Amino acid sequence: MASAPTAPPAARFPASPSRAPFGRFLAAAFTVVLAISLREAGVDPRLLVQSDAVGNAARFVRGMFPPALGVDFLGLLVRPVIETIQISLMGTTIAVVIGFPLGLLATASLMWRGALHERTPVARRALLGGVPYGLARALLSVFRAIPEYVWAFMFVRAVGLGPFPAVLALGVAYGGMLGKVYSEILEGVDSRPIEALRAAGASRAAIVLYGLVPSALPHLVSYTLYRWECAIRAAAILGFVGAGGIGQQLALSMRMFQFDEVLTELAVLFALVAAVDFVSGRIRGRLV
Amino acid sequence: MSDTRATAGVGGAHWAWWTVAGFAALVAWSAHGTRVDVGALLGAEGLGQMTAYVAGLFPPDVSPPTLRDAALGAFETFAISFVGSVLAVGLGFSLALVASRTVLYRGILYAGERLAPAGRAGRIGIYALARGSLNALRTIPEILWALIFVFIVGLGPFAGVLALGVHTAGVLGKLFAEVIEDIDPRPIEALQATGASRLAIIVYGILPQAAPQFLSYALYRWEVNIRAAAVMGFVGAGGLGQRIHVAISLFHEHQLLTLLLAIYVIVTVVDALSAYLRARLL
Repeated sequence: MASAPTAPPAARFPASPSRAPFGRFLAAAFTVVLAISLREAGVDPRLLVQSDAVGNAARFVRGMFPPALGVDFLGLLVRPVIETIQISLMGTTIAVVIGFPLGLLATASLMWRGALHERTPVARRALLGGVPYGLARALLSVFRAIPEYVWAFMFVRAVGLGPFPAVLALGVAYGGMLGKVYSEILEGVDSRPIEALRAAGASRAAIVLYGLVPSALPHLVSYTLYRWECAIRAAAILGFVGAGGIGQQLALSMRMFQFDEVLTELAVLFALVAAVDFVSGRIRGRLV
Repeated sequence: MSDTRATAGVGGAHWAWWTVAGFAALVAWSAHGTRVDVGALLGAEGLGQMTAYVAGLFPPDVSPPTLRDAALGAFETFAISFVGSVLAVGLGFSLALVASRTVLYRGILYAGERLAPAGRAGRIGIYALARGSLNALRTIPEILWALIFVFIVGLGPFAGVLALGVHTAGVLGKLFAEVIEDIDPRPIEALQATGASRLAIIVYGILPQAAPQFLSYALYRWEVNIRAAAVMGFVGAGGLGQRIHVAISLFHEHQLLTLLLAIYVIVTVVDALSAYLRARLL
């Protein structure tokens, strides 16, 4: 997953006749899966229009207005907001600390393939390159497959309530995503400067430092900033499991049915996310 | 020429150093604020505790009841993500149409004629309303939507479906609208030259061009949603999350590992399916 993809414009429209059977198969499969899923997920639109539901929805919306704007309440929000920013920054930093080394290990062209390894014996290549490569890939895939929310709950159990488990959860889950994308970026680096360095007799560390990282750096930093934008959103909700930040406040207001507070907190969250997007966008614009 | 570049390079370097220094200060401030204690974490005691915790998860519980429960949970999670994503595409698409200026009141579709001022104002109003709703849907995180829908329709996976549906509709609606506003105008000019109606132009000129990107975004959000669906249960909205919540709360470590493996499998399956469909269809 990870980076938002962009498809090329429709190069092949309308679909050529040879692709039609696949389309029919796909449509049939889609219908069957949808039908089963609708039943399995207990979808029942009548629940939305029964009087309880309408009453509850109305209570919720009415409860939101006017939003809570008391000075005491707003003062209460300052700390969680700062904490959310700190969680996102620290979490992203730890994610880089975890993701970068693992990303290097998970880069095939660095570990066992391509110009750097032309003359490495096969056994050495497999043992010193292939094995760490495989392990790093496996670790990264576990880190990112478990949602940060689940990580957060496990860390809350391990290290107690507060912002620290949120930092660890973001570090691990985003470390997995960063590591994978870093390895893809490094994989895509132009190999000619690397070959030149190698021809000059540079050591492997020197090749990484002077050949690989400099040409990949803008993309690495840009993707990391993008992840930071995601981290601020995530940091804002990890509080639902007791891991600090504005989310903890939000969960509290929700559970106490203080919907006017919920509205204010959402507005604050919106401003926070917009501000981070703006800052990150400005820096990224200068980079790439 | 070379002079300018040298100066620019020096300026760039300064900028980079200031950024790095500022960034280091921010991280130090954050570490202080979040009470990160790297020493305790990576010290002998912290590492020992962590190793013990991970070791305590093994072996996974593979007794038939747990396996059945994990499979059911994974299946339910899949269903939530699938229906939620389909709902999001439907909702998001409908909103995207009225959140696109080029469909409503401006650009090539309206090049030939002038809308009446009142009509134009009305259309701008609709556009602003649609954009505003998309922002609102997107701002509220999935998990909060789940709490809201649990409050409205009661516990169970349906609340999770609605939560994913509306939040993702906000995300997809914005992306879809951007795609619509960005398409190549030439096929539309061609259609216009043949005297096609506005509806015909939208159906035959705009949507076919936008469809591959719509599909690509929808698949991407499905991958996001399978992860989100796996945690919906934390607030009572069904799926694996509910079972994981119970397993962690009651310290059922072996069951927890089984459920985590189930998440891993279902997430990997959806990622692979999505990648396959992307390669096959786009």
